[in-house]
Amino acid sequence: MTTTRRGLSLLLVAGLGLVAASCGSDDGNKPAAGGASDGPVTITVGCEPPKSNPKEREAWEADVATFQKAHPNITVQGKDAFPCINPDTFQAKLAGGTQEDLFYVYYTDVRKIIEKKQAADISQYVGTVGAVKDLRPDVMGVFKDGDKTYGLPRNNYNMGLVYNRKLFTQAGLDPANPPKTWEEVRDAAKKIAALGPGYVGYGEYSAGNTGGWHFAAELYARGGSMVSDDGKTAAFNSDEGKAVLENLKKMRWDDNSMGTKQLLQWEDLMRMMGGGKLGMMVGAPDVVQSVNNDFKGKFDDYGVTAVPESDGKSSLSGGDGYMFNPKASPEKIKAGLQWLEFHELTPGKGQFDYARSKEQGRPVGLPIPDLYGTSAPGNEITALRKQYATVPVDNFAPYVAAQGNITNKLEPPKAQELYAVLDVAMSAVLTRKDADINKFLSDAEGKANKILAKNT
Amino acid sequence: MGWGSESRPVEWHEPPTPDGAGALRRAFGRNLTAYGFLCAALICFALFSWYPMVREVVLSFQQNNFVDPGVWVGFDNFRTVIADPAFRSAWLNTAAFSGLALVIGYAVPFVLAVVLNELKHAKAYLRFVVYLPVMLPPAVAVLLFKWFYDPGAGLFNQALDVVHIPPLSWLDSTSTALISLVIVSTWMNLGTGTLIYLAALQSIPGDLYESAELDGAGLFRRVWHVTIPQTKLILLVMLLLQIVATMQVFIEPYLLTGGGPENATVTVAYLMYQYAFNFGDFGGGSALGLMLMIVLLVFSTVYLRVSREEDAR
Repeated sequence: MTTTRRGLSLLLVAGLGLVAASCGSDDGNKPAAGGASDGPVTITVGCEPPKSNPKEREAWEADVATFQKAHPNITVQGKDAFPCINPDTFQAKLAGGTQEDLFYVYYTDVRKIIEKKQAADISQYVGTVGAVKDLRPDVMGVFKDGDKTYGLPRNNYNMGLVYNRKLFTQAGLDPANPPKTWEEVRDAAKKIAALGPGYVGYGEYSAGNTGGWHFAAELYARGGSMVSDDGKTAAFNSDEGKAVLENLKKMRWDDNSMGTKQLLQWEDLMRMMGGGKLGMMVGAPDVVQSVNNDFKGKFDDYGVTAVPESDGKSSLSGGDGYMFNPKASPEKIKAGLQWLEFHELTPGKGQFDYARSKEQGRPVGLPIPDLYGTSAPGNEITALRKQYATVPVDNFAPYVAAQGNITNKLEPPKAQELYAVLDVAMSAVLTRKDADINKFLSDAEGKANKILAKNT
Repeated sequence: MGWGSESRPVEWHEPPTPDGAGALRRAFGRNLTAYGFLCAALICFALFSWYPMVREVVLSFQQNNFVDPGVWVGFDNFRTVIADPAFRSAWLNTAAFSGLALVIGYAVPFVLAVVLNELKHAKAYLRFVVYLPVMLPPAVAVLLFKWFYDPGAGLFNQALDVVHIPPLSWLDSTSTALISLVIVSTWMNLGTGTLIYLAALQSIPGDLYESAELDGAGLFRRVWHVTIPQTKLILLVMLLLQIVATMQVFIEPYLLTGGGPENATVTVAYLMYQYAFNFGDFGGGSALGLMLMIVLLVFSTVYLRVSREEDAR
């Protein structure tokens, strides 16, 4: 008994010692003070293309060399990873002090990171980036909280309708004239599903928070909102919200055009689209890129148009960018901003070096990223994209044409929590013929209000 | 063989004498290698098991962004997760999963072990076949079942079609989703359980069975009157281990259903993951983890007592 007690005491002391050690270790990570502005500075940057992606890696390394030549005092250390951000390791990297000075983020996570004060406020330095004044205000708005700025964008797009042009042709539909209304989507989906066993006319997510995400996309496109203007209460239990679910329910059970397998998550629809048996899904042009790069699809076979009936309304925006480690020194932040301006925001350089991309055989011509809208750099990028296009740009023409009359709309606050709640309603209408839409939306509204009222 | 027995030769009240100190040195020197191994194990456990556990307890009472020092919030994290509508579903689903896993996942390996033990031929081959699923990485096994469960072209519905039984929705229905996960879990862990039971069965003296056979006992009576009483303790230990393992079910709902449909497969571990990694709320995730740990601690304590009894036997 004494032995057991002695052993337990030892364990307790060891545990407490470790906790104390971990609490004390924070001091070592405090930003280095001062330092000459032109003194040597090393920045670590996330989302360096992995070696398994040799062409992009080669381009990145060439860009680093060019940048360092122009800024001899700055050393850029890329950190490769695929995917660029993994929510599972984000907090651990931050806690362990291994988070990059410039870390990559999806729009979805930006609000949460700002709320939790997990990114540095770069407001006083961002004025040095000349390109910022030309960026779309809604895009810059993603990284702002009031008058403070916390990051810069790298990619921006909004949701559309991705469709398989090959299947459209097989089903007797015109791929140059994709559906403009949900009725037309239903009709096209039925024809594609009728091609044979395994063909799915229209695919939809309903698990792992992706169902709620697509619910938001379809809701915005119908003119609805996820939350009230002040962000304090849920607003999706509306006519538009009901219409989203009613439409899915009809396609699933009346038309039988959505396949039998549900509870689909991100990769499932990508695989189905790449496999060539899925007709349509809500998604941005980056879906085509993913399907081509990672799911054995071919650019030629896919097209993108606006989400049906979204003309004059909104579309859920998406994209990614970089934020700064809250422990980064001012020197690192300034150096990081110079790198971002060069690599992510300058027409003809870095990610917009389309001449090099074409030479390397990489896809050029997708209508993304749309960082500048119709400002001078935006027009320059569009012209370069057209000049060096390697993918069939006409396949994206319906999407591009609709952009002028669609407003980009950001994700709601506490996006992931709300998406998790709405997964329930989405999975219900897709797996249960007798799902009571009013009840599910009402339940979800109650839960969402509690989440929005929660002060975390 | 614990610390106590090693240090007992040196009496606390004895003044240190050259002989006593020498004996201590000799005893220490003799066991130096053992202490070395012990230290390595202790460091590993401290770093990868005990420290995270202590950290979890601390985090469950804090709001922490991992940048600034954590703010103590008392029981706020617990209140938040308890108020979450998914909290109740998660515990009910976890309890149901564990219950079903006991009925299916606990009984099937035992029956299989009894049958394998009784076989006269192809014993080694069948043992290998039963153990095969354990060799598959869990994620691969789970994804294999994703295809089996496909309501359209899946293997199970194709098999049902052959015998003219209407297809099932499997993972897509609130009534069959959880049991579908139990089937996957059982299949994945079948081999280990069966081998442990087999080992226990083979340690039963053969003369007990011979006597039972001479008394005219058939297979069922031999199992009931010899096998079960003789393996009672290992059965109990396996039962407790099974409860502890199944209450932490995560990979099956994470990969197969994403917690759906309608939260029918959200488990405590899955909800914990949602809080920590999808919602970025480590305080909430840790609070849930602590609650689960306390529940499991009860079963673990019973397990330790049972194993001690077995050791004493």
